Amino acid sequence: MQIHDTPTLKAEARNLNFYYGEAKALKNINMPIYDKKVTALIGPSGCGKSTYLRSFNRMHDLYPGNRYEGEIRFFPDNTNLLSPEVDPIEVRMRVGMVFQKPNPFPKTIYENVAYGLRVRGENNKRVLDDKVEHALKGAAIWEEVKDRLQDLAPNLSGGQQQRLCIARALATDPELLLFDEPTSALDPIATGAIEELVHELKKRVTILIVTHNMQQAARVSDYTAYMYLGEMIEFGKTDEIFIKPQDKRTEDYITGRMG
Amino acid sequence: MSANNASDLHQVSDRLAHNAMRHFSERLIEALLFAAAAVSVLTTVGIVYVLVSESIQFFQHVSIVDFLTDTQWTPLFDDAHYGIMVLISGTLVSSGVALLVAIPMGTVIAIYLSEFANGKVREVAKPVLELLGGIPTIVFGYFALLIVTPLLQKVLPELPGFSLLSAGLVMGIMIVPYIASLSEDAMRAVPMSMREGSYAMGATKLYTAIHVVVPAAISGLAASYILGISRAVGETMILAVAAGMQPNLTWNPMEPAATITSYIVQVALGDLPHGSIGYQTIFAAGLTLLLVTLAFNIAGQWLRRRYREAY
Amino acid sequence: MQPMTTEQIRVLIARGKLKDTIFQAIGIICLAVGLLVIFLLVSDMLMRGLDRLNLAFFTEFASRRASQSGILSAWVGTVLVMFVTALAAVPLGVAAGIYLEEYAKRNWITDIIEINITNLAAVPSIVYGLLSLGIFVYAFGFGQSILSAGLTLALLILPIVIVSTREAIRAIPAMIREGSMAVGATRWQTCRYHIIPYAMPGILTGVIIGLARAIGETAPIITIGALTFIAFLPPVPFSATGVEGVSAGLFDWVMSPFTVMPIQIFNWTSRPDPAFEVNAAAAGFVLMGMVLSMNAIAIYLRYRMRKNIKW
Repeated sequence: MQIHDTPTLKAEARNLNFYYGEAKALKNINMPIYDKKVTALIGPSGCGKSTYLRSFNRMHDLYPGNRYEGEIRFFPDNTNLLSPEVDPIEVRMRVGMVFQKPNPFPKTIYENVAYGLRVRGENNKRVLDDKVEHALKGAAIWEEVKDRLQDLAPNLSGGQQQRLCIARALATDPELLLFDEPTSALDPIATGAIEELVHELKKRVTILIVTHNMQQAARVSDYTAYMYLGEMIEFGKTDEIFIKPQDKRTEDYITGRMG
Repeated sequence: MSANNASDLHQVSDRLAHNAMRHFSERLIEALLFAAAAVSVLTTVGIVYVLVSESIQFFQHVSIVDFLTDTQWTPLFDDAHYGIMVLISGTLVSSGVALLVAIPMGTVIAIYLSEFANGKVREVAKPVLELLGGIPTIVFGYFALLIVTPLLQKVLPELPGFSLLSAGLVMGIMIVPYIASLSEDAMRAVPMSMREGSYAMGATKLYTAIHVVVPAAISGLAASYILGISRAVGETMILAVAAGMQPNLTWNPMEPAATITSYIVQVALGDLPHGSIGYQTIFAAGLTLLLVTLAFNIAGQWLRRRYREAY
Repeated sequence: MQPMTTEQIRVLIARGKLKDTIFQAIGIICLAVGLLVIFLLVSDMLMRGLDRLNLAFFTEFASRRASQSGILSAWVGTVLVMFVTALAAVPLGVAAGIYLEEYAKRNWITDIIEINITNLAAVPSIVYGLLSLGIFVYAFGFGQSILSAGLTLALLILPIVIVSTREAIRAIPAMIREGSMAVGATRWQTCRYHIIPYAMPGILTGVIIGLARAIGETAPIITIGALTFIAFLPPVPFSATGVEGVSAGLFDWVMSPFTVMPIQIFNWTSRPDPAFEVNAAAAGFVLMGMVLSMNAIAIYLRYRMRKNIKW
């Protein structure tokens, strides 16, 4: 790890507040996301880590009554992802997401991976074939499915489904990839495979991952942020956060006194 | 002491008797409730029994081959012909027209309500659809004959006063609420995580609806279409009022024609003696109707099993 | 594929959103068609039939002269048939629903009953007419009476009553059942004092929707041979019968010939003389009023229930 270089900024939350109707779910969050690094969000359930994650691809815009304040700056172009002038669809085309429970579409394996490309208007068979293969390889599932690309995706095992969902997100070359507790519905072996994959992927893409599992955060991430009651308590290099947390609350959580 | 004992025993036996009584009445009630539930099965048995037994008598006079291949239906004439295809053609054409209206309209409304409309629109639209679905079919018949046919004649001057087209169109409107409401239920049952997956890829609402929600709900949609077909095939009064009742072997919706159902109404309006061949024809027609409905339902079940919800 | 420029992406998004908007417009138009049909129907019938909508229309029998015809026998017939229908369908349907939810064991008999109820809902209503013609009218000898008609419609709406009873019962949380059983109540006592009262609004809604459906049903009643022209009322209990010293029995009316609103409308729409269209319109308006207000009550009840009940 070249932790001595100053990493490049990929995104940065600035004074971010978020409301579900009247309820304030995120309180004045400031945090950098570094390019081609894995950043983990940890904290007890209900602390707002998923809410925060879902702000990066404007998922909250799907439901009425949700409101953002502040900015999430996205680099190199310095776009404010939360600006009302920026279309959420445009944001989602640049930021991919993998969900808590695998959610493959009721389509073939091939069509699942090609989905994002088709959304972008790509229908050239050769381009699609190429990209699908590349994405499946990137998600380390190519060997398992290459002979059954026309099978229905929901027939895959849970771990395979999740890797397929990762391939689906990778196929469109996102600049930032969001993981929302991607292994919480998987067994330990499938979890191991996903973690290894995350480690592999950071060569290509910036990753922001929510996890309820501190060991996982320690294993996969370069940076860790601890959130509590909608606030960002502490952010830093993963090693430092886990070895000598600055804040008492972080320490309590990490040492298992809370959570 | 002994007196005391006796009274104790008495109390116990009283309680036992009470318990036995209570047990007995519980069983009796259960039996009564079961009998009520069994009425629905008896209804089916009764339907099959009546239709089949009268049809058997009918087929002692008319060969099944003639019934299926004859191109005329004139059971009440001296020169009687019993070609059921004549009635089936009217039924299929009118149902076809109805479904061409109801399936696209119903599906579009369902997608709109489930994927686009906000809660307020839905709260208004659903009762409106329910009211539309609750309009008596005789009133729809009136609508077809006295409002829709004259309107259509302005566009199609050659359209006769009775036609399968105008009856079919109105039948379609009648079926829209059934398809819309069942399809909407099916689409709303698709988990939100599936939609989120699609939106997260940058898809629009319509793209998500067509490429993710509809395929995921396809078996529910199929069920709603099958119900729509059943309604269309079995609809009676709209056709009796607006499609004319003359038997006519045709595939042209611009013509008047009788259907299986409107023929039954026509015969029932007359005064045919119980047990006559004319009386039996309506049971043979009814059996045909039931078999056609059944065929569509079995096809639907098969389709549903083939395309089970995959979430 | 080259990475898309922001410009290209924006063009793509704009195109996608345009499609969304167009689809939304189509969805709203489809919904509007439904509203328009209801509006057109009601306003057309009202305008056409306005002249006839006076008190005399309700107190006169049908007549050969359009302008003197009324719906007295029709609305009285409808009310009496509905009374019989409700009397038969409500206890049977509620009992069957209770049995299936509270008593039935998971076995093949229950499966058959359940599949059967689902399938009965898809059986065309005219087939119920044929069933009733074979069983009630001839086999049981009830003739073409109010009783036959009421029972026919009762069988027809039985699935609706059963399904809504079951849904209402299912919405009651298990803790209520357990609480009652825990204090030693029997199954039936639990049903009687807890389940049925709590499920009542839901059951009532289902019953109203079922009756609203039955009130507009024409085909099965024509099929059992109801007359289209009736210029008398069923005997009022204990009234004079015309025969010296003999008064009508309490239940004589159930065996009386009758007509109902939809049949009266059908009769009037099928007359060649357009003067009768006016009568059909007026009667149609009255029938629509009955059906729509029943549906509106049901919708309102359901709305109230959703608001009030918070377990």
